[in-house]
Formats: sequence, structure tokens, C-alpha cells
Amino acid sequence: MSSAMYQRMRANPKFQELVARRGRFAWTLAIVVLVMFYGFVMTVAFNPAALGQPVSEGSMLTVGVAAELFMFVFFWALTAVYVKRANTEFDALTQEIVKDAWKENK
Amino acid sequence: MRRLTQLTSALGLFAVAALAYAGGPLEGVTEKQATNWHAIVMFCLFVAMTMGITYWAASRTKSTADFYTAGGGITGFQNGLAIAGDYMSAATLLGLTAMVYGQGYDGYIYMLAFFAGWPIILFLMAERLRNLGKFTFSDITAYRLDQGKVRTMAAISSLTVVCFYLIAQMVGAGQLIKLLFGLEYNVAIFAVGILMMVYVTFGGMVATTWVQIIKACMLLCGGTLVMFLAFSQFGFSFQALLEKATAVHKLGPKLMHPGSLLADPVTAISLGLGLMFGTAGLPHILMRFFTVTDAKEARKSVLYASGFVAYFFNVIFIMGLCGILIVGQNPEFFEGGEIGKKLIGGGNMVAMHLAKAVGGDMLLGFLAAVAFATILAVVSGLALAGASAISHDLYARVIKKGQASEAAEIRVSKIATICLGFVAIILGILFEKQNIAFMVGLAFGVAAAANFPVLILSMYWKGLTTKGALWGGYGGLISAVLFVLFSKSVWVDVLHNAAPLFPYTQPALFAMPIAFLLAYVVSKSDSSARAKTEIEAFEDQYVRAQTGYGAASASNH
Repeated sequence: MSSAMYQRMRANPKFQELVARRGRFAWTLAIVVLVMFYGFVMTVAFNPAALGQPVSEGSMLTVGVAAELFMFVFFWALTAVYVKRANTEFDALTQEIVKDAWKENK
Repeated sequence: MRRLTQLTSALGLFAVAALAYAGGPLEGVTEKQATNWHAIVMFCLFVAMTMGITYWAASRTKSTADFYTAGGGITGFQNGLAIAGDYMSAATLLGLTAMVYGQGYDGYIYMLAFFAGWPIILFLMAERLRNLGKFTFSDITAYRLDQGKVRTMAAISSLTVVCFYLIAQMVGAGQLIKLLFGLEYNVAIFAVGILMMVYVTFGGMVATTWVQIIKACMLLCGGTLVMFLAFSQFGFSFQALLEKATAVHKLGPKLMHPGSLLADPVTAISLGLGLMFGTAGLPHILMRFFTVTDAKEARKSVLYASGFVAYFFNVIFIMGLCGILIVGQNPEFFEGGEIGKKLIGGGNMVAMHLAKAVGGDMLLGFLAAVAFATILAVVSGLALAGASAISHDLYARVIKKGQASEAAEIRVSKIATICLGFVAIILGILFEKQNIAFMVGLAFGVAAAANFPVLILSMYWKGLTTKGALWGGYGGLISAVLFVLFSKSVWVDVLHNAAPLFPYTQPALFAMPIAFLLAYVVSKSDSSARAKTEIEAFEDQYVRAQTGYGAASASNH
């Protein structure tokens, strides 16, 4: 019974759309985070001096501290963006897919 | 009784990796401190409050779903706080503050590594976890594979992680409580073990979650208050704070430069991988994803949790920097009253001394109570995860083949909790004087190399078969354990051999590829009829993972 439901959902073009759109979005964000984070780790390992420079003459704030603070805020902002879009747009699409499958069931 | 020797980093024992990953020596044994009544009174208040909640929770814990996942009725915000509570242990507060105090910027780098795993968990795992899982993460790995074999494997690696982590927490708890409260080590161990048994046995996940939430709020408030009072002494000016701090710190202007902690690229990457994917393989963290109603709330949990974690790490950064001036320049906090000597109570006491300096005995007592509550909450979460691996996976699914009644399953999990409690107490006492720094590293290593690869492959890769999952899981488990055993932290520091057989301290970069490779190669070469059905079953699992249709729903309350 539920296997038949899954069959119908899979056949629904909206399902393919959901998977493609959400997958693309999630992977894009994940890659942004991974590249920035491991890029940062590489800088720490290979060019630590660059992170110790002040952001401007006479300032005690270094490039490293500024970059990290930015990443804390930016990564969290990305999670907020993902949650917003997944909980509205993608969840609405999901509900449509389930509803469509129920309708065909009758 | 102010004389406290040799606590180089005994508190880092329960570092959710912080100090373990830093590889700090942990041979120290603390000496008993004068009884701290402020701390004891505040801690008793915490216990009274959580006992009240446990009493209330007990009346709501009837079904297995209530016991394992609080009936799936926790909201995203509550769960976010609880996850943050699970993630921010006493070591986060004490160990990372001390790291910023001693190493400056390096401590901040560590904190980013702790944090960066959360967005990845959200983007790639959160909704699939919630859509496929019910009580434990092996519900997901065993979804279309051989229930008995895969669950046995998942239970073994979960219990391995839980036991290593419990040892680290219990020994850390004993040392910390001896130091902060002036109680005997064994008394402290029994107190933690017995309180944990009461919370989990009577209140199940409902009580464990609320203990976690209350503790997270206390930790966030306590930390913020100390940071606020300390930072106000510098007019809330980062510039002024840093100018003064670099002027007096032994690193001088190098304070804000990356130092020696992550100088070697292999260690840096291995550490990053271990922290990021270890988090995504810890059974007590994964379990939290099943306590919410649906994928929507699961996503919100991560949003709130990562917000709290990111905020708190920045608070700790400021606390550590303020400590350099407020604690590091005050002879009162040094042994023999001489600046530059050893800090009273050891390097990890910076946050506690800072609390005392800016808020007196009251604030010190509060922060000490927070630290105790934190250990208790983390231990409870671990015990619950371990107990559910025993009762839900091993007893109900492997031994009884799904035929166990709910009442019997709950009874088994309560018995398992009590057994785990005693195991924790015994291990805590046995390991009192051992150097156990590697335990947390081992727990993260096993989680990253045994749990995570099988879990992610079962969700993303159609071709995974039972045979492949078993080879990958056991391969990851064994190789992670061996890499740690042969590394400097065990082979040289504990077993006193001359040179390590494995040159790096972080196993993740090496053990994870072994697990993935074994799972891939063995699955590919598996041409049995069973493997074929398992691969076909992926299609239905995939639709459920994406849509949540058929997912375990919240029970009615």
C-alpha cells in the first residue's frame, strides 16, 4: 500500500523537481561552507602570517579575527536561509506531492 | 586548602574534544578544595528543579516513543536549546576559555572548527534523519538492510562511543567536583551516576531534554553575565581590550596570530574532519533529531542550536581575552601569589577565577553549579543513547526480532540505564588516576569513522548492501581504535613506548576513507540476491527520505 504511494510520488514530475531543486540548493550551500572553512584551515596551516595582519593601520582587529567572526555570522545566516526556504517553498511542494498521490489513490 | 597541585588539564578530560584534540597532557589529579557552600546550594536548587521535572515527566512517559524521543513532541526551539546543551559541555566553558587565555587566537580557530559542522548537518542530514529514523540512528542504516546484523553493528559502535565518552565525562566530573565543591572524588562519581540514573529511568527523554534545556539556559546566562561584567571594565572596546592584553601577554603581538596548534596541515585537516563528521555520528546528538514532530522542526532545531553555539563561542573568546588581564594580572589567583606562576587549580580555572574576580563568591558558585549541571546533563544524554541501543536495537529488534511488547522494551531500557550507570561509576573509579585524554578523541574518531560513513551512505547511496555496511562499519570502528591506540596519546603517553607507530594524533583523515572504501568495494562486489532486493528497496526509502511520507509521527499528548 505505502509502496504504491511511493511509486506514484516518484512518478510525479513535481517530485523530481523537489529533489533537483532542494538538492541543488543544499549542496551549493554545503560547498560554500566547506570551501570557506577548509580554505581557512589551509590558510592557518600554510600562510598564518596573513591572518595576523591588522585590518587597517593601527587597528588591533586582525584579518583572522574579522574573517572568523564573519564566518560565524555568515554560516549561521546560511542555515537561516536554508531553513526559511525549506520550511516554506520545499515543504509546500512536498505536501502537494503527497496530496497528489492520495488523490490518485481514490 | 588552597594549595592545588598538578591539574595541568584534568578538567580537559571531558573536553568535547577541546583539550583532547589539543593533545594537552592530562596526567593531573586534583586535590580536594575547601567546601564551597555557594556552589553546593545553587547546585541543590538545580537538582531540586530537575527532580520536579523528572517527577512530572515520569507521568508522561508511558510508551517507548515517550521514553526514547519524548513522544516526538519537543518543539524546534526547545530541541535547539537541548542540542546546544548537549554540545556545550563544561569543557567548552572551561577548556576553551583557558585556551584563549593561553594561546589567544588559536582558541578562536578551534571554536570555528566546532561550529562549522552544524550547517553541514543541516544541509545534508537533518531532514533525512528525521524522515527515516524513529528512535535510534540504526533505524536508518537498517531501513532496507539486514536488521539483525546491521543493528548489532550500529549498537556495538554506539556503545563504544558512549562508553569512551562516559569515562571521559565521569573522570572529569569527579576531578572538577572535587576541585569546585570540595567533595570526595568517589562521592562525586556516585552523585553523578545516581542522579543520572534517576533522570533517565523515571523521566526518559522528556526529563533528559528538560535537564538539558535548563542547563543550556544557565550556561548561556552565566557565561554572558561574566563576559558582560568583565568586558565592561574595558568600556566594551575590543580595541582597548586587545591593546592591553597584547601588552601583558607572554605571546605579545603574536597573541592574535595563528600559533602552533594547527601548524601541520595533516593534523589540521584531520581535526576538521573529525570534529565536523564526528559530531554527525554521535549517537546522543543524532537521537535528538527524533524528538521533534517533523523535518520542519528538525531544521529549526539546528538553526537555534547553531545560533546559540556560535553566540556562546564568541562570548568565550571575549571571556578568555578579558581573563588575560583580570585573572592573569592578579596575584591572588596564582600559587604563592606570584604572577606568572601556576594558576590556582590549574590552567582550566581561568573562567572560574574570572567569575570570582568580577562577581565575587556568588557568581563563582553559580558558575561552578553550572559546570556540575552540565556534566550531569551530558552524562544523562549519553546514558539514554546507550540504553536505547541496547533495548531498541539489540533486545527488541535483534533478540526478539520485533516481537517484544512495549512494556518489556521499556523495562529493558530502564535496566540497561541502571547497568550503564553502574558501569559509568565503576569506570569512573577505575580510571581516576589514568591519563584519559585520548578517550574523547577516540569517541569522536569512532563516531566519524564507524557511524557516520554507514549512515551517510545508507541515506545517499543506492548501492549500499548489508555486506558493504558491515565491512565499512566494522572496518571504520577497528581502524579508528587502532590508529588512536598506535598514536602518541596512547602508545607513548599511556603505554610508555618510545615512539608512536602512527605519527598523527587525529584518526579521522585516515580511518574515514578506509570505512568508505570498504563499504564501496564490498557493496559493489556483492552480487547476492539479497543485495539486489536491498538496492531495489532504496527507491521507496528515497521517496520517504525526501517527502517524509510514512515517517514516524508525534504521538498524541
